Amino acid sequence: MTHGRAGRGGGVVGAGATRADDVWRAGRLGSMASVALSEAEKVYIVHGVQEDLRVDGRGCEDYRCVEVETDVVSNTSGSARVKLGHTDILVGVKAEMGTPKLEKPNEGYLEFFVDCSANATPEFEGRGGDDLGTEIANTLYRIFNNKSSVDLKSLCISPREHCWILYVDVLLLECGGNLFDTICIAVKAALFNTRIPRVRVLEDEEGSKDIELSDDPYDCIRLSVENVPCIVTLCKIGYRHVVDATLQEEACSLASLLVSVTSKGVVTCMRKVGKGSLDPESIFEMMETGKRVGKVLHASLQSVLHKEESLGPKRQKVGFLG
Amino acid sequence: MAGLELLSDQGYRVDGRRSGELRKIQARMGVFAQADGSAYIEQGNTKALAVVYGPHEIRGSRARALPDRALVNCQYSSATFSTGERKRRPHGDRKSCEMGLHLRQTFEAAILTQLHPRSQIDIYVQVLQADGGTYAACVNAATLAVLDAGIPMRDFVCACSAGFVDNTALADLSHVEEAAGGPQLALALLPASGQIALLEMDARLHEDHLEQVLEAAARAARDVHTVLDRVVRQHVREASILLGD
Repeated sequence: MTHGRAGRGGGVVGAGATRADDVWRAGRLGSMASVALSEAEKVYIVHGVQEDLRVDGRGCEDYRCVEVETDVVSNTSGSARVKLGHTDILVGVKAEMGTPKLEKPNEGYLEFFVDCSANATPEFEGRGGDDLGTEIANTLYRIFNNKSSVDLKSLCISPREHCWILYVDVLLLECGGNLFDTICIAVKAALFNTRIPRVRVLEDEEGSKDIELSDDPYDCIRLSVENVPCIVTLCKIGYRHVVDATLQEEACSLASLLVSVTSKGVVTCMRKVGKGSLDPESIFEMMETGKRVGKVLHASLQSVLHKEESLGPKRQKVGFLG
Repeated sequence: MAGLELLSDQGYRVDGRRSGELRKIQARMGVFAQADGSAYIEQGNTKALAVVYGPHEIRGSRARALPDRALVNCQYSSATFSTGERKRRPHGDRKSCEMGLHLRQTFEAAILTQLHPRSQIDIYVQVLQADGGTYAACVNAATLAVLDAGIPMRDFVCACSAGFVDNTALADLSHVEEAAGGPQLALALLPASGQIALLEMDARLHEDHLEQVLEAAARAARDVHTVLDRVVRQHVREASILLGD
C-alpha cells in the first residue's frame, strides 16, 4: 500500500489503512467558516475519495457547476459574479487615476481588497472576517506579482505622473468551500469585463498637462486577460487529492496546495495551507494535477466569457434575480 | 446646480417619473441556501441583499441575553464599489453603525421577539449598488429575508424615502435628488395598522408641509407593500409546487 501515489483506477486501498487520528479533526481550515461533521461522515468521505468517488458523485478532478456572469454592478468599470456550488463571490473593479509607484514609473497597478461579509456566516460580523480577507488579498497580490499576468504598461497615462489604478474589490457572499479558485475566476472575469475610458494628455505651451477624457462612453481600452492565472486548490484527503473541495471535504483534509496556473500551464505561485504536512512526492503529483486541471479550467472560462460577450449589450442581465 | 431641475414644469422628475411614482422594484427570496433566510431587492438602480440567521443561541457574552425576548442584531454594510466614488471601508464607519441601529430599531418593533426568549436574531444587510434610498431598500430586503427565515412578524415592514421640491412631495428619491440637498424623510411603516416603525428627517422643512411629505411617503410605502406581498406569494407558490402540493 503506497503513500502519495494518486493513480487513477483504484489501486489497493485497505479499508482500515488510513491513519485514524490524523483525519478526524474539527472542521476548520485556516480561518474559514467551519462545519460540524460526525465521525461516520468523515469516514464516508475519506473512503469514497480513495475510490475516486465523492459524495456528490464527482471524480477527484471534477469541478462543480460554475455560473459566471459579468457586468452585474453598473457603477463600476467592470464586475463579475461567480457561483460555484454554494460559494458566491462578487467582484467589482473600479479604475481611478493616480500617481504611479516610485519604483515603477511607467506602469499602473492593481490594488486588491477582500471583504468577507457577514452574509456568509455570522462569525464574519464586525472585524471577524478581516483575517480571512487579508489572507486572500495577500494571495491575490502574490499571484499577480509578475510581469506577465496583466499588462501594467497599458495602464500608464504619462510616466511618473499619471496612471490608472485598478481597485479590485472582492465581496464574499456565501462560503461553500473552495474560496480561492472561485475568487480567482471572478477576478479574471471582472478584469475581462473592465472598460477603462481612453484619455489623452494635452500639453500646452507652458508645459502643463491636461487630461482629456474622450466624449464617447464606449471608447475605452480593455485589458488582455490571456495570462491572468487561475488558482487550483488541491486538498489532500487520505492518500489522494481532490480538486474543488466542498466545506465538508475541506473538514476532512489536513493539508492543501494552492497552485496558480496560467492558461498555458505555467505555474506562477504555489502555496501549502493547512495544519498537516505533505511529503514531496505528493506535492509534485498535486502540482501536475493542478496544471492539467488549470488548463481545462482556463479554456472553458475563456469560451464562456467570449460567448457571453458575443450576446452583446442587449443580453438579459440576471444577477441575483435568477 | 445649473441646468438640473428636479421637477420640470410638466411634473416630471430627472428620470422621467412623476412625483408620487416609485422606481421599478424587483425582488427575490431564498437567494442563498446556507443562510436561514435571504432576499435580494432592486429598487431602480439600488441593489441590496439581506441575510438572516436565527433565532439561535446568543453568541459572545451570555450576559446580553434578554430573559423575555430575543435580541435583534443588525449590521449594515455597503460594498466598496457600491457608490460612485470608491468607499474605503465597507462597514465600521459611523454611517454604517447608525444605519445598523436604525434597522435594529425598525425590526424590534416588527418581529415578535417574545416568542424567542434568550436567543439572538442576526440580520445582515449588504448594499451592492447605491443609487438613493438605501435605507428603504435595506428595510424591504430585510423584511423579505426575515419572512424567508420563517421568523414571525407583526406585519410587513415597508420603507420609502420622500423629499420636497417646488411645493410637491416626491416619493422614492434617487441619488441625484438626495444629493441636491433638499429635505429628506425616511419612513418605515407597518402597512396593515399604519403604525410607523421609524421616522427620520434631514434638513429643514416647514411644519405646514410635513403632513404632505409624510402622506406621500406613507402612500409609497403601501405601494411597496403591494409589490412585496406579490413577491412573497409567488415564492410560496413556487415552493409548494416544488414540494408537489
